[in-house]
Amino acid sequence: MGKTVAELKDIVKVFPGVVALRNMSLQLRAGEIHGLVGENGAGKSTLIKVLTGVHAPDAGTVVVDGAPVCFENPLDAKRRGVSCVYQELNIVRDMSVADNLFLGSPLRRPNSRFLDHAAMRAQTREIMGRMNQDIDPAKKCGLLGMGQQQMVEIGKAVLQRAKLLILDEPTSSLGEQEVRELFAILKQLRDDGLAILYVSHRLEELFELCDVVTVMRDARHIVTAPVRDLDRDAIISHMVGRPLDNLYPKQPAAPGDVALRVDRLGSFGVYKDISFTARRGEILGFAGLIGAGRTELFRGVFGADPVDEGEVAVNGAAVPVRSPKAAIRNGIALLTEDRKAQGLILSQSVNRNIALVTLDKLRKGPFLDSRRMAARSSESVRKLNIKTPSIREPVSQLSGGNQQKVVIGKWTSADMDIYIFDEPTRGIDVGAKVEVYNVMNALVRDGKCVIMISSELPELLGMCDRIIVMRKGRITARVNRGDDRFNQEDIMKAAWGGVIQS
Amino acid sequence: MNTIRQKLGNSLSTSFGPLLALILLVVVLSCISGRFLRYDNTMNVLRQSSINALVALGMLFVLLTGGIDLSVGSTIAVSACVMGALMKKGVGNPVVLVAAGLVCGLVVGVLNGLLFTKAKLPHPFVSTLGMMMILRGFALVITGARPIVGFPPSVYWLGKANVMGVPACFILVLAVGAVASVILNHTALGQQIYAVGGNKEAARLAGIDVDRTINVVYIFSSFMAALAGIVLLGRISTAYALSGDKYEMDAIAACVIGGASFNGGVGTVSGTLIGALLIGVLRNDLNLLGAQSDVTQMVIGAVIILAVFIDVMRGRTAYNIGRHEQARAMAAEEARHAAE
Repeated sequence: MGKTVAELKDIVKVFPGVVALRNMSLQLRAGEIHGLVGENGAGKSTLIKVLTGVHAPDAGTVVVDGAPVCFENPLDAKRRGVSCVYQELNIVRDMSVADNLFLGSPLRRPNSRFLDHAAMRAQTREIMGRMNQDIDPAKKCGLLGMGQQQMVEIGKAVLQRAKLLILDEPTSSLGEQEVRELFAILKQLRDDGLAILYVSHRLEELFELCDVVTVMRDARHIVTAPVRDLDRDAIISHMVGRPLDNLYPKQPAAPGDVALRVDRLGSFGVYKDISFTARRGEILGFAGLIGAGRTELFRGVFGADPVDEGEVAVNGAAVPVRSPKAAIRNGIALLTEDRKAQGLILSQSVNRNIALVTLDKLRKGPFLDSRRMAARSSESVRKLNIKTPSIREPVSQLSGGNQQKVVIGKWTSADMDIYIFDEPTRGIDVGAKVEVYNVMNALVRDGKCVIMISSELPELLGMCDRIIVMRKGRITARVNRGDDRFNQEDIMKAAWGGVIQS
Repeated sequence: MNTIRQKLGNSLSTSFGPLLALILLVVVLSCISGRFLRYDNTMNVLRQSSINALVALGMLFVLLTGGIDLSVGSTIAVSACVMGALMKKGVGNPVVLVAAGLVCGLVVGVLNGLLFTKAKLPHPFVSTLGMMMILRGFALVITGARPIVGFPPSVYWLGKANVMGVPACFILVLAVGAVASVILNHTALGQQIYAVGGNKEAARLAGIDVDRTINVVYIFSSFMAALAGIVLLGRISTAYALSGDKYEMDAIAACVIGGASFNGGVGTVSGTLIGALLIGVLRNDLNLLGAQSDVTQMVIGAVIILAVFIDVMRGRTAYNIGRHEQARAMAAEEARHAAE
């Protein structure tokens, strides 16, 4: 076993309303591939960001090479030998392989300010050659496949003589052959004495590649063990072993007519063959890992992204999926997961944001009926208990939970039939979460159809009448409340690619 | 405490700043120069500012959606030159001539809009830059680069006439400003324009027809430029293919001085009109004080930078106040949790 290259000791990281890491400890050794798994939101990304100097921990120490360090920024971490290959590659597509490799620290000719392209190309060829990659250093990175682009990223780490290499979901966009190549190179780098932290959603990869596995849950360290001492079920139960608290004010459903029928919907390369129905008076949940295609599916249903095949019917009649405008006319509301980028106009008032969907209905002759507009906004503020000094307050000044309630108010005041909530409680505190659940209950009571996409299984189990599980763009399981399989472990298995009996 | 600060912030973020600057400038100038506040000079300033104000009102709509329209200066020339060319061809009816000028504006606006929304050019800077050159060339071609004079006198009316002692063109500015303000604040279209500029994706997902909204603002902008072209034609009694050169820059300056943001979603009619007046006053009075026109340019340039700089500082202060408040709220929350 190699020496410890990097270590986290009792790291605490708090964000407004959320504790992202609680007393997290982790040791990374030279010549070892360390797998890190956990549910969405378990704290993996925050851990990576602490290790790479993006976030400073609120408590605890980061130790590199036996000495406690305090990274000032990502560059500082890089200089000390911590490199990270993110899921979204940091490749400048229009620059050559060599230029990408030396980005930020180019070689200069001796005693000159001019760049030494020849030396950079030679070194690039040497490094990429060591990784069995026969790539022309002058080739533009954008022309390379995803697998080779990733190799360039790893090449950067090698060039910087990294001691610790972190890979965040490196295989999510790779084909099988590329994955095999990647694994071979990672094993080779490990044997050369590199410490590797490997974060993945794919359990089978951990068993194939890693020496040690750490499971995280709820911002905590749960277990670290040699991979040979673990099996698939053990890892899954470590990930979900969280008691369901009584947070969920679930009320019995009274399912009515089918409000939304989706028939063999597909978008090339994103999701395929998706069929389901959602009824009035029930909450239908969509479970799955990030990237399973749930958000994309409902952006398709809503007309926000193009759909390649299949059909959507609302209240029994087929409707064309063309644009959000058309979807709204058919009574579909989409409450997007990223409320700041897609749900709100931050610089504008609560009043204007709430009125956004109903502008056409708020007309009096050619003008807007400002009084009615304000009255409706005030009503939403009161009903949803939005904490704001006035309806003229810019939404940017509100807290996350209250911003989410403004988004909800925007759609409920428009009186839609089908409400699609995408990660409705992400990043908001517990109190606001319960209020969001109560809104869903009220909608269901009024005979609306509610669909909830969530990466928090307890929330889906707590609130939904049925849950559909997606994995890699396909539906892999459907479970109803009251079934034996309406539990965390079985749903997780379906989400992580296991088979559950139907 | 909280709300007082915010109210202060809100009132500061309206056109209060530029208005204060305008008043200060007028006071200072009338102290320095006895001629400044005299009736004829005041009317002169209003007349001079009117053309820029009209163009700037159109530009404001475009900036609000996060776009830009560089073709307005050329549109001014094209509308006047098309009128001139028609007159040369024997069209003598002033109503037909004016209508033709305005239709020119509408056509240019439709082209500008479609280049962005349908041809999907990456940024309106590119499409309107191209249009700026094409239109300038077109104006030169149809007039043979020669000034055209001798229009029927009623064509000049907007540019020359006074109504109850006030320039007709300034009354036109006030009227258009009032209409623009009502559109922006009291119609669905106005809210859609602000929404598209504030967050295009959120607007689209709220069912707003973003392309239509963008087309409308470019059509409005070009129409306003054509209207300004008719006023200019009246003022100089000449249709000339090189008139209106660089007017797009003055219009953008007026909007920016008035608090409009290049990122879209922020800006008001009142601020824009004040911005246009401020530029007009500076031009006029630096002239009165005997400054060369190059000095005038430098002063106006400095005012633009100063206005935006103040805006940036104001934004930063508001952001910091917000952050401190958030930090305090979080500390209070933590304390409450600890107490529990």
